[in-house]
Amino acid sequence: MIVIDNARVLRATGIESASVVIEGDSVLSIGPPGDRNGAQVIDAGGAWLGPGLVDLHVHFRDPGQTWKEDIGSGARSAAAGGFTAVVTMPNTIPPIDSGPTAIAAMERADSQKEVHIMVAGALTMGRGGMVMADLDAMYEAGIRIFTDDGDTVSDAGLLRRIMRYLADLPGTVVADHAEDASLSSGGHLHDGSMAALHGVSGSPGVAEDVIVARDLVLARDTGARLHVQHVSTASAVDLIREAKATGVRVTAEVTPHHLALDDDSLDRLDPNFKMYPPLRSPLDRKAVAEALRHGVIDAVATDHAPHSEAEKAVPFEEAPRGVIGLETAAALTCTALGGDQAVFFDRMSTAPARIAGLARHGQSIEPGSPANLVLFDPLRTWSPEVFASKSRNSPFVGRELVGKVMVTLHEGRITYEGGVT
Amino acid sequence: MSGLLTLRGMEADQITAILDAAQRFADSWRITAPGSRFAGRTVTTAFFEPSTRTRLSFERASQALGATVMSFTPESSSTAKGESFKDTILTLTAMGSDLLVVRHMWADSAALAERWSGLPVINAGAGKSEHPTQTLIDALTLRQHFGALEGLRVGIVGDVANSRVARGHLAAFPVLGMELTLVGPGTMLPSANPWQVRTATSLDDELGDLDVVYLLRIQRERESVDGSPSVSSYHRRFGMNAERLSMLKPTAVVLHPGPINRGVEIDDVVADSERSLILAQVANGVPVRMAVLESALGRPN
Repeated sequence: MIVIDNARVLRATGIESASVVIEGDSVLSIGPPGDRNGAQVIDAGGAWLGPGLVDLHVHFRDPGQTWKEDIGSGARSAAAGGFTAVVTMPNTIPPIDSGPTAIAAMERADSQKEVHIMVAGALTMGRGGMVMADLDAMYEAGIRIFTDDGDTVSDAGLLRRIMRYLADLPGTVVADHAEDASLSSGGHLHDGSMAALHGVSGSPGVAEDVIVARDLVLARDTGARLHVQHVSTASAVDLIREAKATGVRVTAEVTPHHLALDDDSLDRLDPNFKMYPPLRSPLDRKAVAEALRHGVIDAVATDHAPHSEAEKAVPFEEAPRGVIGLETAAALTCTALGGDQAVFFDRMSTAPARIAGLARHGQSIEPGSPANLVLFDPLRTWSPEVFASKSRNSPFVGRELVGKVMVTLHEGRITYEGGVT
Repeated sequence: MSGLLTLRGMEADQITAILDAAQRFADSWRITAPGSRFAGRTVTTAFFEPSTRTRLSFERASQALGATVMSFTPESSSTAKGESFKDTILTLTAMGSDLLVVRHMWADSAALAERWSGLPVINAGAGKSEHPTQTLIDALTLRQHFGALEGLRVGIVGDVANSRVARGHLAAFPVLGMELTLVGPGTMLPSANPWQVRTATSLDDELGDLDVVYLLRIQRERESVDGSPSVSSYHRRFGMNAERLSMLKPTAVVLHPGPINRGVEIDDVVADSERSLILAQVANGVPVRMAVLESALGRPN
């Protein structure tokens, strides 16, 4: 039995200061401090208790690139960030694009108990964008989120057939990395001041907007459920808002780094600030943060993309794209949302759990609800230096952040305890 | 002991001090025997991109200062990869270089070479980011011709977005009191303007106001040019020809960092006219690099 005293608890009826008793894999009771014979007691000190965080977008590099991350280190990184469920992208080596690769990936995912790992499958064979992947076999294996993340399917005719096909399979989502390669070609930064000043090729926001517009048209046409990954531009936000208003089945995510940083945040060419989509203009940043607050963007997703120090210690234009994000996401999102507990847990847990169809995640804390929980202190300041991830390619190393995960519980078991004194 | 990675952030008096030193060398270097002040020092030129003129002038400048020259040029493009770039820099450092002169296709290559080697590094052209000694050469050439730089109106014409030469000018020329206008089709102008300089898409409208027409080299493959329908259409809109020469103020001059594409950005009649300072630019290559090398090599023997 675990008792968490003195927490601000997210209930269906609102926020309540209470003690929460956890027995086995469920919440037993919520109320005033009571009997606790033999229980492990945690004093929350007024911190937030809510459903464990859910990340729709992580790269655990397993199999194929396990020097960057593996299932074990990725899961520990997720737990340290307050997450109880994550969706792994299919761009492993080999990619997840068939029944056997999906089953193998799901078995590997279930080999650890730190976090629930939901495996996403590819839209096309080998993520090559040429031929439909074995969607049926993956669906039978239990795959529900399909994406060629890292690339869009540039052939609109093929994507339309895939979306039409998946529209018939209940519970499926097409998640798209919206980047027109002909428009972003060779771009290492946002096509703005920083790129101009340093003479580095820029990728314009329209590379994203064009694909978001196309995808929304195809989602309306096919009836498929569309999820737009890592939205970064004000125009994409406008397109999504408009599509939602007219009934298109679309959801969207934004990364914590696009909430916290923009093109002006770079003062030199630092490969730990290189990712796709790139950090956009201050106006874009403001637009995506506002869209998250208002729910036009439904969820925060980290796009946790580990790369080794050696891989990043090369010229900026040669460095691989991507930054890690699991362990800094809660602090950055809390700050971007102005410290609103209910909105924080919706965007980081309830909404992404709903998008992924994860029934045991994202629920308010009630007697009997699953003990997938996080205790988060929104006021504690800290500086990320050491990561549970194998990689430390974060733009936030050494920066002071506000808001710290104290305890994570997955199915009633403490998977992270880092902030309790 | 410091090299020269970028002109960004430099003050006018710092740049002027380099120009003054370069002017002293310009007046004397060809009539003075190589000094022994830097005897025993090794300057290594590491050019990962083809260049003859810049490399030769750095090497000539090093010899004129009495330093030993070591010259590295890759045998294949595989050395352009980041990892072997680092290995090469470490190797050249271990071989006893005292200073590196680096040209490479990446924007931050000179800065990385400095970090990896711990040696002073002179940026001899880094990707599209900057080519600071070319900028100093051009500033010196203009100062020699006009006597002062303050108030000169300079039009930089061509593919500014992809030009490392233009980025150096954008960093230094305004600091020296010159007024810049970037001229080219919209496809060749930078998509953002952090320098807050004027831009124009018609060369003809600008010519009458300029003291200096600075033509950039157009990168072309056969008949195609990025950002323009064709070489001939670029020449029609932006090529410096006899008619455009006649539209200039009588005191205006034409510069080009070379090598020139005759018949593309510049016609023979302009290149060979008395309004062209192109050969004066070339002549200033060695003294400017002597000044930069002298400052980077630190205390003489």
